[in-house]
Amino acid sequence: MLQYVVRRLLLMIPTLFVISFLVYFIIDLPPGDCVTSQIDELVARGEPDALKRAEELRHLYGLDHPLMHRYLSWVAGVFRWDFGLSCQDTVPVKDLIGERIALTMIMEAATIAFIWIVSFVIGVYAATHQYKLGDYVASFFGFIGLAVPNFLLALVLLYVGKVYFGLSIGGLMDAQYLEKSMSWDKAVSILQHLIIPVIVIGTSGTAGMIRRLRANLLDELQKQYVVTGRAKGLSEFRLLVKYPLRHAINPFVSDIGHLIPEVISGSVIVSVVLSLPTTGPMLLGALKTQDVNLAATFLLLVAVLTVIGMLVSDLLLAALDPRIRFGAAGEK
Amino acid sequence: MTDTAHTPPARTPTPHYVNDAPWDPYVSEKLTAEQEKYYMAGQWKLMWWRFRRHRPAVVSALFLAFIYFTTIISEWVAPYDLQTRNIKYIFAPPQGVHLFHDGKFVGPFVYELMITRDMDTLQRVYKPDTTKPQPLRFFCSGDKYEFWNLVNGSFHFVCPAEGGTFFLAGTDRLGRDMFSRIVYAARISLTIGLIGIALSFTLALILGGLAGYYGGWVDLVVQRLTEILKSFPHLPLWLALSAALPVTWSPLLIYFGITLILALLDWPSLGRAVRGKLLSLREEDYAAAALMMGATPARIIGRHLLPGFMSHLIASATLSIPSMILAETALSFLGLGLRPPITSWGVLLNEATDINVVAVNWWLMLPVAPVILVILAYQFLGDGMRDAADPYA
Repeated sequence: MLQYVVRRLLLMIPTLFVISFLVYFIIDLPPGDCVTSQIDELVARGEPDALKRAEELRHLYGLDHPLMHRYLSWVAGVFRWDFGLSCQDTVPVKDLIGERIALTMIMEAATIAFIWIVSFVIGVYAATHQYKLGDYVASFFGFIGLAVPNFLLALVLLYVGKVYFGLSIGGLMDAQYLEKSMSWDKAVSILQHLIIPVIVIGTSGTAGMIRRLRANLLDELQKQYVVTGRAKGLSEFRLLVKYPLRHAINPFVSDIGHLIPEVISGSVIVSVVLSLPTTGPMLLGALKTQDVNLAATFLLLVAVLTVIGMLVSDLLLAALDPRIRFGAAGEK
Repeated sequence: MTDTAHTPPARTPTPHYVNDAPWDPYVSEKLTAEQEKYYMAGQWKLMWWRFRRHRPAVVSALFLAFIYFTTIISEWVAPYDLQTRNIKYIFAPPQGVHLFHDGKFVGPFVYELMITRDMDTLQRVYKPDTTKPQPLRFFCSGDKYEFWNLVNGSFHFVCPAEGGTFFLAGTDRLGRDMFSRIVYAARISLTIGLIGIALSFTLALILGGLAGYYGGWVDLVVQRLTEILKSFPHLPLWLALSAALPVTWSPLLIYFGITLILALLDWPSLGRAVRGKLLSLREEDYAAAALMMGATPARIIGRHLLPGFMSHLIASATLSIPSMILAETALSFLGLGLRPPITSWGVLLNEATDINVVAVNWWLMLPVAPVILVILAYQFLGDGMRDAADPYA
């Protein structure tokens, strides 16, 4: 087991290097750099020493070095917990993204918790009430949830909230808490604002999870040991919980690998639509202005989060399911 | 001593009958005409029968066929041209089509739009003038256009009355008819899914095929690559890649660039399926036989192995078309995808980013409807095809 964990951890290192280099390279690919647009503005305003200023800025950001040099010094900085300067306001990237990353992680964790809880309840209900009204309703909503893209859902909810309820759904906290340090009231306010984005991001994942849980549980419930248990006179509740549920719940853990990238993708676009102070809008802005350090740092953190999430899910699965522990886990 | 009374009376031989007709050894396996039809049908025919039973899939297929057909003749379907600006009518609301005026049947018509200005908010207020019906014209000559940018024309299925307006879905901030724009945008949004899936299908066949057939280090490299691509969230990567497309490219080049980007991240799941199937099939006897007879790997893969699971591949490819369409919509919505004058549903929705504008002009949200309908249709179609893909199950 330990050997497996170490091997996976070692494997993460080249993966992260490949991803970070690709990302850095891709962002830097288009002609021009983040100084260009700023300088164009100055030139348009008729500033006389615009070009000299451009040289200074380029030197400050290290843009006068070749790509490989900049990438290596950025990577070297990452190991010292220093992510370089952001191009926009000459602020260290670390200061810009600290709170946003925290809020993003809270939001994503809340979304995954939401997906688990809701799909557990509905999935178990649908499987135990197969072909009853509740099952059909759940399947119907599941299908809609799978088919309707989450940013469109966010758009529609935003519109409905604005027009019919006079709510502004955007933001992650009430305005008066914006610059305050963390307090109980602020936490409550954040939680209230989290509800809508979590539902929006979570719908498609929930829908898929309900389908899988329902199918798995139905398979288990038809097996002979359930019939035997029923013949012995076990109560229906115990019959359900003791073994079939434990089998059927596997996808909850094994699907984290799919779930995490999906939730991150969803959270980026939904937070742009709802203008949440998370990483999404800032990443979009950084990509549009070619703020390489900022964008690459975001993407690297996303990659680290996903890779660790996958590892944790594999380990959990191995801990839960002895069939996997001694079998295929090493080859996966 | 013999006692004849105890022996049974001599029996008359049992009469028995021999049929002279020639014997048919398959008599017990005689098939009814119906069974005969079923058992003798080819694989594709069986799939078609099974697919036909899946009602939602059939309806979806017809719906999609209809929509794709309209993209061929967008110019005729749309009452206005893509870029026609009705400067007088900015943010005009959708006009309802009526049939009866003053209790009399006059055929489909719309009421003329009256423009007034709200003196408090300085917004234009549109109201239908119910005294002035404007009958629609059918099979008429209206806005000029270049059919597929090739032939000049002015034929439309339906046009507004002379000097009148017909905004079935309202107009946008430049006074362009939303309905016409949605019709034109379908051309881009729907083809991007098809072209993208064709590219990713090819990539999956080549890379998955190589990995599955050769194994060894080729397999290892492809496996690592798919793992990285599958585990990384797609949207941020898409954003980064499409932000990297140079601004100087023409919109058409951008269109192909975006399609390529979508395909580049989409092939891994299909490629994995190809690899898995190939790994198991290449051990079959018929593959070994082909190898012994000196067939090249390309021929073994293409001629002997691929046909065995082509139907599965097509079904899963169909299921991933909607995610392509959605990805394009999302990218364009965020302003990193297609750029005007190329118009897709996402580009149209880009106008709906400001919720304050949308709250006043709700019809800017209408492009959401075709997106959702097409996605649902593809989902049903894909489900039906997946069920049909294995007709012997």
